[in-house]
Amino acid sequence: MLKIRDLHAAIDGKEILRGIDLDIKAGEVHAVMGPNGSGKSTLAAVLAGNEAFEVTSGTVEFDGYDLLGMSPEERAREGLFLSFQYPVEIPGVSMTNFLRTALNEQKKYRKEKPLSASNFLKLMRDKKNLVEIDSDLTNRSVNEGFSGGEKKKNEIFQMAMLDPRLSILDETDSGLDIDALRVVANGVNKLRRDDNATIVITHYQRLLNHIVPDKVHVLYKGKIVKSAGKELAHELEINGYDWIKKELDEQ
Amino acid sequence: MSNNNLTQKYITLYQNHKERLLDNSSQIVNEYRDKAFDAFKKSGIPTVKSEAYKYTNIEEPFSRDYQSVLESEKFSGNIEELFKCNVEELDTYTMFTVNGKFIGDNNPGALPEGVIVGGFAEMAEMHPAIVEKYYGKSALIEKDGVIALNTMLATDGLFIYVPSGIKPEKPLQVVNILTAENDILVNRRDLIVVEGGADLRLLFCDHTISTNRFLVNAVTEGFVADSGTLDFYNLQNQHNGTVQIGGYYFQQDKKSLLNANYFSLNSGIARNNVFVDMNGLHGENHISGLTLVDKNQHVDNFLSISHNVPECESNELFKSVLDDAGSGAFTGRIYVAPDAQKTNAYQSNNNLLLTDTALMNARPQLEIYADDVKCSHGATVGQLDEEALFYLRARGIGKDEATILLMYAFAYEVIEKIRVPALKEQIRTLVEKRFRGELDKCDSCIVCADINKVMNDLSGV
Repeated sequence: MLKIRDLHAAIDGKEILRGIDLDIKAGEVHAVMGPNGSGKSTLAAVLAGNEAFEVTSGTVEFDGYDLLGMSPEERAREGLFLSFQYPVEIPGVSMTNFLRTALNEQKKYRKEKPLSASNFLKLMRDKKNLVEIDSDLTNRSVNEGFSGGEKKKNEIFQMAMLDPRLSILDETDSGLDIDALRVVANGVNKLRRDDNATIVITHYQRLLNHIVPDKVHVLYKGKIVKSAGKELAHELEINGYDWIKKELDEQ
Repeated sequence: MSNNNLTQKYITLYQNHKERLLDNSSQIVNEYRDKAFDAFKKSGIPTVKSEAYKYTNIEEPFSRDYQSVLESEKFSGNIEELFKCNVEELDTYTMFTVNGKFIGDNNPGALPEGVIVGGFAEMAEMHPAIVEKYYGKSALIEKDGVIALNTMLATDGLFIYVPSGIKPEKPLQVVNILTAENDILVNRRDLIVVEGGADLRLLFCDHTISTNRFLVNAVTEGFVADSGTLDFYNLQNQHNGTVQIGGYYFQQDKKSLLNANYFSLNSGIARNNVFVDMNGLHGENHISGLTLVDKNQHVDNFLSISHNVPECESNELFKSVLDDAGSGAFTGRIYVAPDAQKTNAYQSNNNLLLTDTALMNARPQLEIYADDVKCSHGATVGQLDEEALFYLRARGIGKDEATILLMYAFAYEVIEKIRVPALKEQIRTLVEKRFRGELDKCDSCIVCADINKVMNDLSGV
């Protein structure tokens, strides 16, 4: 589904990603871990099309298409979803209007009929239950005055509404208490299917107790330096990142 | 600081038409005319060298040649047949002016007893006591050369009187139409009186039909007596060859409430002078504005709120979205008199610049002579939030659509101030259309009517 080759990216002339290679197949969950500043969030931002970052070389194929040649909205309409580490508050744009616009733009792109008002509301109701989001929140402006936990739940709620094929969860666990973490993880697990895939970006292992990955990658200084099964996450939880840094620095 | 040649031009205009002006007006109005003439000789047309008109050059439009409308006959067709509101939800008593002259045949429907509405010229003759009490009391001729000029030249406009305790069920809508074959100067004069405990909702829609140039110098005086309420809305959608100086001079008595909302959607140059005198304890007002400019349009909102007595509250919220080489200005003067303790005065001015060539000047001016007051002001000039834009795009919303959503989000706070639900919905739609570039500057009337039909019918008159 996703094929990243030798991806380099920079911001303000400073190189952050220094040659990423990654393959993700449908039905898989990959965890990308790593110490602070290793480039995890940059990878997420570059995949979603944030123009603040400049891709200096490399390729990314999404279902055979050149992902890097697409605008952020085209990527989203093709089925890529980024759950933001810091969801943006947008006063004056209602959640309902926002989601209806997003869904209908997606439908238009896919040459499908727009949702009727009643079907849209029904979909909202169903998906709200999935992520246990407070009904009141969807009557407000996008993320405005939401708590940290509510913002993260809202990201997963949007993910449920848009039904992406590839989801990138950027530090979705940060700032969550244990109950909110479970709710968010349950939501993600319920959305898992054989025909979609998830990238979980996290600093800590605890989210991976709830969302069990097929593969774990360690990102360090802009490169994937280690890939293994889910046991790698446990190892990192116990021993931290220092041993990997040490191992690399010795090489 | 005035321009002598320009001043002389309008002195001559007055002298040439004086006889006719005097013949067509009531005695009280004519007494002011003479005084205004003297005041104008001293003040002239304000120039950009004066603080008040620093950001808007009105000398240039005044120096152009216009055919005088002072001599033109009143429009005599039946405008009700020509001009129908196609927005059924907006149920109003509707009236019209054409080039500043009230359309006499128009009957706004069954109004509550005692309510007087009509043309200023005619009503001033019929109700001298009201005119004597209020005319020229709020728009002082010494204050501004354009007030003096209007008082000197204007004959007609709107006259609205709502007696004590009367609350007309429907809003009153006044459609101010500009249409002519040549470039014209229009002087419109309105008088609005809301007596004690009365409640009036009033909507002014300013439109152009023909494509020639217009210079409008309008003065509206509004009085809200004890415990009275005036909800005033001004919707401006005129073509780019229009220059309008709209002066709104309000006086408020105790416990009165004034809401004044200015939606400047289109015009070449628009200057809104909004002056409010709070003269009675526990008066309250909310003055707001939404300005949308693009191309080379220019809108200057100039506000002055005077807290002359204690324990009043004023709130100002003005927002502008400026595109292309559009420009704007905001001046918000708040005056708190020496004994006006317990004053609450709040002011906020936010501006969104969409291009590098758009320009905004913001001037909060607080003049406070009392020590126990709460006053705040804030002015911001910024650009679209890039993070919010990316967030929306990352959900599949195209860049253009996302930009419109964010512009609307910026504007919605002002739209939320509208207290007539059907009007709020209309303006919401209009603003969105304007952002999409679908609102035609030349000929569309939004809240009311098939203006193309009106244009065709009027051209045959």
